[in-house]
Amino acid sequence: MFKRAEETGAPALSFTFEGKPLKARSGDTIAAALLAADERIFRTTPVTETPRGPFCLMGVCFDCLVEIDGVPNRQACMVQVEEGMQVRRQSGSAEVIS
Amino acid sequence: MKADTIVIGGGLVGAAIAYGLAREGEKVDLLDEGDVAFRASRGNFGLVWVQTKGLKMPEYARWTRRSADVWPEFSDTLLEETGVSTAYHKPGGVHVCVDEEELEEQVKILNRMNQEHGAEYYGARVLSRAELDDMLPGLGPDVVGGTYSPHDGHASPLYLMRALHAGLLKNGGRYHPNARGIEIERDGGHFAVRTPAGTFTGAKLVLAAGLGNRDLGEMVGLDIPVEPLKGQILVTERTAPLFTMPTHVVRQTDEGSIMIGDSHEDEGFDTTSKPRVMADIAARALRAFPFLKDLRVVRSWAALRVMSPDGHPIYQQSETHPGAFSVNCHSGVTLAGAHAMALAPMIARGRLDDDMAAFSARRFNVQAR
Amino acid sequence: MSATTKNRYDVAIIGAGPAGMAAAVEVTKAGLSAIVLDEQPAPGGQIYRGIETSDEKRTKILGPDYAAGRDIARAFRDSRAEYLPGATVWNIDSALGIDVSLGQGSKHIQAGAIVVATGAIERPTPMPGWTLPGVTTAGALQILLKANGVVSDDVVFVGSGPLLSLIAAQMLKAGVKPRAIVETVPQSRYVAALKHLPAALGAASYLLKGMAMMLSLRRAGVPIYRDATGIRIEGNGKAEAVTFTSGGKSHRLETTSVALHQGIVPNQQVTRLLRCEHEWNKSQHCFVPKVDEYFETTMADVYVAGDGAGIGGAVAARLRGRLAGLRIAEKAGRGNAQERRSVTDALMREAKIRPLLETLYAPSPEILAPADETLVCRCEEVTAGDIRKAVDLGAPGPNQVKSFLRSGMGPCQGRMCGLAVSEIIASRRGEPISEIGYYRIRPPLKPLLLSELAALESEEAVPVDLADESAALH
Ligand SMILES: Cc1cc2nc3c(=O)[nH]c(=O)nc-3n(C[C@H](O)[C@H](O)[C@H](O)COP(=O)(O)OP(=O)(O)OC[C@H]3O[C@@H](n4cnc5c(N)ncnc54)[C@H](O)[C@@H]3O)c2cc1C
Ligand code: FES
Repeated sequence: MFKRAEETGAPALSFTFEGKPLKARSGDTIAAALLAADERIFRTTPVTETPRGPFCLMGVCFDCLVEIDGVPNRQACMVQVEEGMQVRRQSGSAEVIS
Repeated sequence: MKADTIVIGGGLVGAAIAYGLAREGEKVDLLDEGDVAFRASRGNFGLVWVQTKGLKMPEYARWTRRSADVWPEFSDTLLEETGVSTAYHKPGGVHVCVDEEELEEQVKILNRMNQEHGAEYYGARVLSRAELDDMLPGLGPDVVGGTYSPHDGHASPLYLMRALHAGLLKNGGRYHPNARGIEIERDGGHFAVRTPAGTFTGAKLVLAAGLGNRDLGEMVGLDIPVEPLKGQILVTERTAPLFTMPTHVVRQTDEGSIMIGDSHEDEGFDTTSKPRVMADIAARALRAFPFLKDLRVVRSWAALRVMSPDGHPIYQQSETHPGAFSVNCHSGVTLAGAHAMALAPMIARGRLDDDMAAFSARRFNVQAR
Repeated sequence: MSATTKNRYDVAIIGAGPAGMAAAVEVTKAGLSAIVLDEQPAPGGQIYRGIETSDEKRTKILGPDYAAGRDIARAFRDSRAEYLPGATVWNIDSALGIDVSLGQGSKHIQAGAIVVATGAIERPTPMPGWTLPGVTTAGALQILLKANGVVSDDVVFVGSGPLLSLIAAQMLKAGVKPRAIVETVPQSRYVAALKHLPAALGAASYLLKGMAMMLSLRRAGVPIYRDATGIRIEGNGKAEAVTFTSGGKSHRLETTSVALHQGIVPNQQVTRLLRCEHEWNKSQHCFVPKVDEYFETTMADVYVAGDGAGIGGAVAARLRGRLAGLRIAEKAGRGNAQERRSVTDALMREAKIRPLLETLYAPSPEILAPADETLVCRCEEVTAGDIRKAVDLGAPGPNQVKSFLRSGMGPCQGRMCGLAVSEIIASRRGEPISEIGYYRIRPPLKPLLLSELAALESEEAVPVDLADESAALH
């Protein structure tokens, strides 16, 4: 299980994942904050719709793609959490037209 | 082992001819360069496009149409023989116009084609903005209308290549990479082609080396004046299905990526990507389909089109070296059907049909003198 | 340090790890103008991730080698180099013009010289189950610890290499005991590595550190399985267990978190984009850009410093950055030959440990020749068997394989499969990998929003004199 190794005084931010309220520390990437909450499945693949989660955490593998505030295909390991962000799993190929 | 025919050039043109010849029962050796080469076949847009083709050459218009007509059967045969789908669809295609001037130009072309071929044969029609809205997603405010042809379609050029290669092997042909043709000699009644992978001999020879035909042609008494014309294309990440038919600048692949084409740059043999030109390609696409703005470009490339002076194909048998044919065209995807199912059988018979005479490169000499 | 204002610089440095930061300090010391571009929000690179925000406790856990990054980052902040974080370079042209995305728009920067300091990535490790959620690279877990203080309490580390035990030992110090270490180093390698021991003694501190780490893990009772083969990660939608054979027995370890590592390899995207020449480094088992003694590539005024020029470690990276910086200054008539020589000497000393490490920790044969059903291209879900079939169809190299199968066409743009694909083709064709080559890299180096691209100053894609040539369309 993933968890925080230490308690620091870093200020907390609120965001949601799939509608569920979660906390992050300022400076956390979305991937780190989701993993700290032990969330592992970030998306399903466009080819076979199998679940994936972050692999490299350094912007290389693109397995951490999520939808942030309605914008799909964003790398969770490269974007820092901001107060009130709404994050969703990306399933298969993203939709871009309303 | 001597081949019936040696085909030089494993791009879409060479592979389609080689596949067609093998289906005719010939023993075929297909010679190709290595992993990195000037290879338009790996850099094209994937349209099987009929509308506006051959405006100044009715024979070319009819040849293009003939290819589009055999494409369904061609694609099914490939699937049956190789299990590889070319992802060919023929829902018709739209030329989207973003201003009145462009629409007027398109209408003019359509009228001239109707005059030449008869409206029923040509089959294209003008679409109003309202009609377009029913056919295509999220059109921008600048779009004024367009033209539609039911004969247009699109395929995956990459899967087409794979299918042709697999089909060639299936029909007993052989593919030789890293075998760039360097020298061609006549050896009795045969052609001997020297390559780094050895010398290949065959009774007949087809030059299908794209831009390479210029040099190869000279070796068998043919003057093939082809020039490179650079094109850049952008591809986005996969997205949910949006487009039910291709347009001349944007199409969606079976995988869901949006392809955005393409530039026409006269830059010799330079194939570097140019961000400023990519920007213009992107801007044009967004004018027609603004909603694409939130998609990311994951790949881009630049490739060289193989252009003759008038842009039309060259099909010709050498007079000094009978049995040697040169095959060049720009639209290798569109014409793949005709190349495999119509041209290859002619080459197998050793003679191009009379109505192919219009495609001889001699037409350029006449103009020059 | 100041904010960016202009767009012409004597030197542009891509990457703010030890190499990039050191190069920036040297060239600005010599009075040249420099800009440092990095996609991360803060300096440090992979090794010193989070160095400016890590508190005392976390820094202690990570050890003195990590703490050393503080001074490097401070010297960089104090230098006159401009620093642009959150900046993703997506193209560089042959005239050294750089297009960089800042998220909401792109900027064009013209450089007189470029230092590519983009470092390394972990070697792709295709094996059964490596795409399951819960499976990460070992480096990923280290990033979580360094930057966020997040850990997993049941990690099974799988693979080989000095980083594997380092990261396991750091986790232990952070208070979570790894579930196990499953090492893939074949027994025979220890014998082969022995002959490099005398040379490595010249860098004895590395050997001692390595031994101390293993000792601490063993003392803590972390099971270490050696010479493991037949490794599979199992799970239904998530990692649940690792199975393997070791010491003649089969094992199954239940876990939700598997960390893979088979060493690191240069990140070649930028040097490939620039079409610098690359060569195959047998000992490191990867492609490296060809460089001269000052780390200048085959393209004039383009330097590769740090691990991007071949894996040398953080200390060497910093030295290489300094050397490239000193060389650029020298070319601009502001040289300091004496200092340059002392850096070169230090680099030679640093290199002593490498032959031992490279022999001992060469990648496991299993990941170099994955089974037919193993996924190699994670993005497009292409298996090793698919690649072998494409080779049988006649595909002579990775670019033709890519066009047959779409491997390398997904959003990671081939980073995660490139080496493995070349490797599989080479062995299937029975040709040396140096002949097989690598994917061609084109812009954008990272996926780029169409709106951002369209907003660039543009050049006619279809000049009027060609536009009406309907024959040229498609
Ligand atoms: C940007 C762009 C967009 C396009 N869009 C479309 C489209 O939408 N629809 C369509 O139908 N067509 C399109 N095309 C055109 C299509 O790609 C070409 O018509 C077709 O690929 C030409 O095939 P080719 O075999 O003549 O040339 P190429 O594909 O270039 O192949 C030539 C082959 O010959 C090999 N070769 C060269 N010299 C030698 C030698 N001496 N010995 C051995 N081998 C040699 C090369 O390595 C290569 O494999 C487009 C082209 C471009 C560049
Ligand atoms: S986890 Fe690899 S890109 Fe985000």
